[in-house]
Amino acid sequence: MEELFPITQYVNEEGTFSDDSIKEEITSELVHTFYYNMLRIRTFDRKAKSLQRQGRLGTYALFEGQEAAQVGSALSLKKDDWVFPTYRDHGALLTFGANMPKVLLYWNGRAEGNLHPDRNIFPPAVPIATQLPHAAGAAWADKRKGNKNVSIAYFGDGATSEGDFHEGMNFASVFKLPVVFFNQNNGYAISVPIDKQMNSKTIAQKSVAYGMPGIRIDGNDIFAVYFETKKAFDRARNGDGPTLIEAVTQRFGAHTTADDPTKYRDQDEVDSTRDQLDPLLRLERFMKEHKYWDEKWEQEISIKISEEIEQAVVEMENFPKANVEDLFDHVFAEMPWPLQEQKEQYLQSVRSDQ
Amino acid sequence: MNPVAEKPVVETNKTTRSLTLVQAVTDALGTMLAEDDRVMLLGEDIGKNGGVFRATEGLQQQFGEDRVIDTPLSEAGIVGSSVGLAVNGMIPIVEIQFLGFVYPAYEQIATHVTRVRMRTMSKYTVPMVIRAPYGAGVRAPEIHSDSPESLFTHMPGIKVVCPSSPADAKGLLIAAIKDPDPVLFMEPMRLYRAVREDVPVGIYEVEIGKGKKVTEGDDVTVITWGAMVPVAKEAVEKAKAKGIQCDLIDMRTLFPLDKDIIAQSVQKTGRVVIVHEAHDTTGVGNDILSIINKNSFLYMKAPIEKVTGFDVPVPFFALEDDYLPSPKRVEEAIEKVYTF
Repeated sequence: MEELFPITQYVNEEGTFSDDSIKEEITSELVHTFYYNMLRIRTFDRKAKSLQRQGRLGTYALFEGQEAAQVGSALSLKKDDWVFPTYRDHGALLTFGANMPKVLLYWNGRAEGNLHPDRNIFPPAVPIATQLPHAAGAAWADKRKGNKNVSIAYFGDGATSEGDFHEGMNFASVFKLPVVFFNQNNGYAISVPIDKQMNSKTIAQKSVAYGMPGIRIDGNDIFAVYFETKKAFDRARNGDGPTLIEAVTQRFGAHTTADDPTKYRDQDEVDSTRDQLDPLLRLERFMKEHKYWDEKWEQEISIKISEEIEQAVVEMENFPKANVEDLFDHVFAEMPWPLQEQKEQYLQSVRSDQ
Repeated sequence: MNPVAEKPVVETNKTTRSLTLVQAVTDALGTMLAEDDRVMLLGEDIGKNGGVFRATEGLQQQFGEDRVIDTPLSEAGIVGSSVGLAVNGMIPIVEIQFLGFVYPAYEQIATHVTRVRMRTMSKYTVPMVIRAPYGAGVRAPEIHSDSPESLFTHMPGIKVVCPSSPADAKGLLIAAIKDPDPVLFMEPMRLYRAVREDVPVGIYEVEIGKGKKVTEGDDVTVITWGAMVPVAKEAVEKAKAKGIQCDLIDMRTLFPLDKDIIAQSVQKTGRVVIVHEAHDTTGVGNDILSIINKNSFLYMKAPIEKVTGFDVPVPFFALEDDYLPSPKRVEEAIEKVYTF
């Protein structure tokens, strides 16, 4: 099966072309957009981790190592498309146009963190794989409306063991829905390595069972991610149905800030291969090799990104306190009497403390 | 796509039709499919076959394969994709073939259908109806006869409705479809074809959250719903022959319960029998008890009796009549509270 699903790669670890068929489509602007977005989400991820360590953010899911997969897959989305992320895909969300202070608010336990203006972003899937049927459904609605929107469902390697993975893929396939199933195979579902998750050599091969195109890409090569995802979106927009993409990547850090990866893997090994695997370093090598690198520009955007993130942190920390009425007000459009009674009674009790 | 409000009610020369409960369901579905292009039906065998109980008979023919959809055999897929449909502007009406088969979709309902509004502070909502026949008493194969309403009344974010008559079934189903939030619509399968009733033509709603009096009496309040309404009614009639007059209340909605109709009757009679076919422990009967305890405690003249299914899995049909509350058991309970 591995031979049937070879890994598509355009730019290798050294930053040179392993396949230059996309050469004509590469512009300076595109390369700089890649780098800018990848650096932006990496800086964000590191800042979020540090905020958590300082007690300024709740438990946080890290994605360092997966920047090419997340930026490359989100960059060619259009404004009215739908994104169904997991809790590890806020790098993709930020690239798509999510509001950065809102992303931070989400990780600070605030429902407001799911309210991204002007973007169709479903709240992150916490129970694994449940978002695949949702993405199929949203795509189905767009198909009925007759527009060209697509949906993308993000999911990890562990999700492929869930029933909802099958049910979502199957619905999309049977009804030929405009959806892309974007898998980030980072090798671990918390602590369980992929060879304990499945006995198949690839995730892409699972597409065969659903009669849909399946491709396996180097998830650390942003060129592969960007161009192959774009092709899948184009197929979906043209009415040619869903695609399964397996982006082979890795997370360099822990599952979340509450996880200790040294319990289940050799972190020294991860760190020693890092230089070779890091998607951002690969892009930097490519840019240097192909004369896109500009030290001054890099410094400028680093400063700009840091400022944006600091500003987002300020906004998050200055955000008004959670309103206790919200505990009751968003369960139904019109509050049924049991909630009304509970709300009134509780508010009375709260006010008597003040 | 036209929102509900923009189209006028279709005028016809006939004002009612004599329908069974299942025909009233079909009528409601057809009426709302015609009314609002966003309405879609999804389920197993509901298209060409018209549903295993014929609840969707003829609707695919009339409204097409993209509105009335034969889905894969996939409860989580049906409900999960309907979440996506709903947040992106559709009104999905899902048929679960038997409520006892809903469990694969339980995660989608518990985690997403009922929580999308809360998780997005009402930015996204799920105006979805989950219809399912429920209950025992039709000699169905095992596992087809569950009555798991309390698994859903315990779940914040979904209303639970259970009609017992054709006219209520249509009016409540239309109300459920128009409701901006998810509704579980339980259809008592043993009443699907039990009686005919005059059902108004066109669009009308029976308000969700309102019970109704089936019989009036000053001595005992009997509270029930769904397939137990005729069972309780038979017991109430037998009690009447012995001189005990009962208020029989059909709750019609199990969340939110109609506390006013309960209080109004209980404060008059002071004696209560609650009847449901679901298991006793953690059944909706306990929520009714809790309402009475809170609002009518000082009016009570006797301990409340419950007549329910036993705390056993719904049995093979050879024993289902023993599992189900019978008119005799209800009548005994009425006498017990009356003579306390």
